[in-house]
Amino acid sequence: MSSQVTQVAPPATPTTMAKAINAALSDAMTEDEKVVVFGEDVGALGGVFRVTDGLTAKFGEERCFDTPLAEASIMGTAIGMAVYGFRPVVEMQFDAFAYPAFEQVFSHLAKMRNRTRGAVPLPVVVRIPYGGGIGGVEHHSDSSESYFAHTPGLHVVTPATVEDAYSLLREAIDSPDPVIFFEPKRLYWSKASVSLPARTGPIGTAAVRREGSHATLVCYGQTVPVCLAAAEQAAKEGIELEVLDLRSLVPLDDEAIERSVGRTGRAIVVHESVGFGGFGAELAARIAERCFFRLEAPVTRVAGLDIPYPPPKYEHWYLPDADRVLDAVDRAMSVG
Amino acid sequence: MTLLDLSARTQEGAAGTVARPLWEDSEPLRYLDEHGAPVEGGVRPRPDILKPETLLRGYRALRFARAFDTEATNLVMQGRLAVYPSCRGQEACEVAAVHALTEQDWLLPTYRDSAALVLRGIPAVDALTLLRGSWHCGYDPKQWRTMPQCTPLATQGPHAVGLGLAARLAGDPSVALCFLGDGATSEGDFHEACNSAAVYQAPVVFLVQNNQYAISVPLRKQTHATNLADKAVGYGLPGARVDGNDLIALNAVLAEAVDRARSGGGPTLIEAVTYRMQAHTNADDAARYRQAAEVEYWRERDPIDRLGKYLTATGALDADIEAEIDEECERYCEQMRGQFAEEPAYHPDEMFEHVFAEPTPQLLAERELVRTEYGFGVEGTGR
Repeated sequence: MSSQVTQVAPPATPTTMAKAINAALSDAMTEDEKVVVFGEDVGALGGVFRVTDGLTAKFGEERCFDTPLAEASIMGTAIGMAVYGFRPVVEMQFDAFAYPAFEQVFSHLAKMRNRTRGAVPLPVVVRIPYGGGIGGVEHHSDSSESYFAHTPGLHVVTPATVEDAYSLLREAIDSPDPVIFFEPKRLYWSKASVSLPARTGPIGTAAVRREGSHATLVCYGQTVPVCLAAAEQAAKEGIELEVLDLRSLVPLDDEAIERSVGRTGRAIVVHESVGFGGFGAELAARIAERCFFRLEAPVTRVAGLDIPYPPPKYEHWYLPDADRVLDAVDRAMSVG
Repeated sequence: MTLLDLSARTQEGAAGTVARPLWEDSEPLRYLDEHGAPVEGGVRPRPDILKPETLLRGYRALRFARAFDTEATNLVMQGRLAVYPSCRGQEACEVAAVHALTEQDWLLPTYRDSAALVLRGIPAVDALTLLRGSWHCGYDPKQWRTMPQCTPLATQGPHAVGLGLAARLAGDPSVALCFLGDGATSEGDFHEACNSAAVYQAPVVFLVQNNQYAISVPLRKQTHATNLADKAVGYGLPGARVDGNDLIALNAVLAEAVDRARSGGGPTLIEAVTYRMQAHTNADDAARYRQAAEVEYWRERDPIDRLGKYLTATGALDADIEAEIDEECERYCEQMRGQFAEEPAYHPDEMFEHVFAEPTPQLLAERELVRTEYGFGVEGTGR
């Protein structure tokens, strides 16, 4: 495993999440010439978020190229190239712009290995900048992870830290399975002092970001910093909250969730996407199934509202923030 | 004159408009007429296409495709297949497509192209796995360079683009040939595939079998375009409209398209005008939406009869060869019947295999649940 490599780590330098993702792409392309990157505006422009900045200059137009504005074609082309032996990493420019590619993802990308009895694996990574809080006008702030997590055959991951952004993307590119890589766009410019290349944990493992004993905040992507802020505030009032960053929605680290919630006895599930039928419902159900007799309070969900994502001037009312999380914590703590 | 001053041109235009029809109602390219006689001014194939042995190989393949299709239709009547979409009447397209390709090329078939799979060399029992309901795909697509049969219309188009593009990046002279139907040309993925293939100049051939119907919906309700081949213009692609029941014409058009793709000349859109002689599938009732006289009209334009008449007239085909082909076909079909006589054993574990490279803990738990529920705890037992 590359995480076991014992070379001297380069000195830690302040890096944004966008830069870490760029470094992961660049390193993967350097190591394996079968890795190709394509999508809308990923070439000369370097992507609308500049995540693919410099890749065309470094690797040439054959390895990093602009596509026509056609998401189904981007996805289908990636599938064809993967069948042929390439490892495509495609960019869907924004969450809501990935919808035209749904059929390709659901009917082909997710199913090809199974329908060919393992003869045709599809090592494709689909990068999707997602989530709100950036003042984007409509169709630029959706959290669409549930649609993908609901589809058998896909791995679905999302980083919350700079180091994880690098590591999870490398893991995704190395994976023999298709991976939907959700990039929390509000965290693109978050900075941390990291030494790359870094490998954290494999896909399918969650990480405890803060230890606590009174309740567990189960979160991923953009809600991880929100939960950490909530935990910080709660600590001032003597409530120790554990923050569990899922990192990977599929496969889901049931064990880590059970370990934490089984110990704290309280779980608050926090995500930005719509609550109704959302991924939090799956989490709440699984926690109830696995931890029922150790629960001190009902599992609570803090999620985006059950409305179409609102305009920028309204989104602060929509997005789960530390206060909303703390209200849920109060409700959970008041039981039992 | 300002940029928007169109008066000069509108004065010339008969109907006072600038936009105008760009198409003509073109007759499909032909080599043979419906009676099997060469047409004057028809398509002029490469000399190798007209060699008697090549034509006879094509004829044998047509007869074989018809025999296979007929046997598969029998099998579905007997309940041995779950469903069967017949390609009866379209055999020339199946044969021409397969014969246009080499082993290094990729074929992207639809559910109606089972004949192309067996022509490619895939054993019938593997080719019909999907339609038997035994699994979704019964052959190794990489071994046969043949993608799984595609059901969601036109979604295989972008895959052809990817395969073609990958071949070019890898420096291989491989071509991807993508089957489509007339109904598929209404799908967004058809447009995206044609456009992307053209932009990338990918080595792809799109072969639209215009069999006049998408289940029950006739072509005139599918498109307002006069010809499907005309759509090529909008993508900056060469397009051809060819008689889909004329094997020689098809071979000529496909050979040119495949050569162009292989030599870096980019993709081609071909419309093959043919007819679906059977209902959409065995579950469909074509009498509800089309007239017997129309079917009769096309029966007289049968692709096999047409080439047979020509070959007989030229002396390449005689009763002895016909008898020999009959025997070969019967032998093949008998073998097919034998292969479908018994159902293979199924095990629920198979459903859980290959969802991912490694099963997730959740999938292992579900597998255990199904095993227990249906008494599959011990290997080889259960109901």
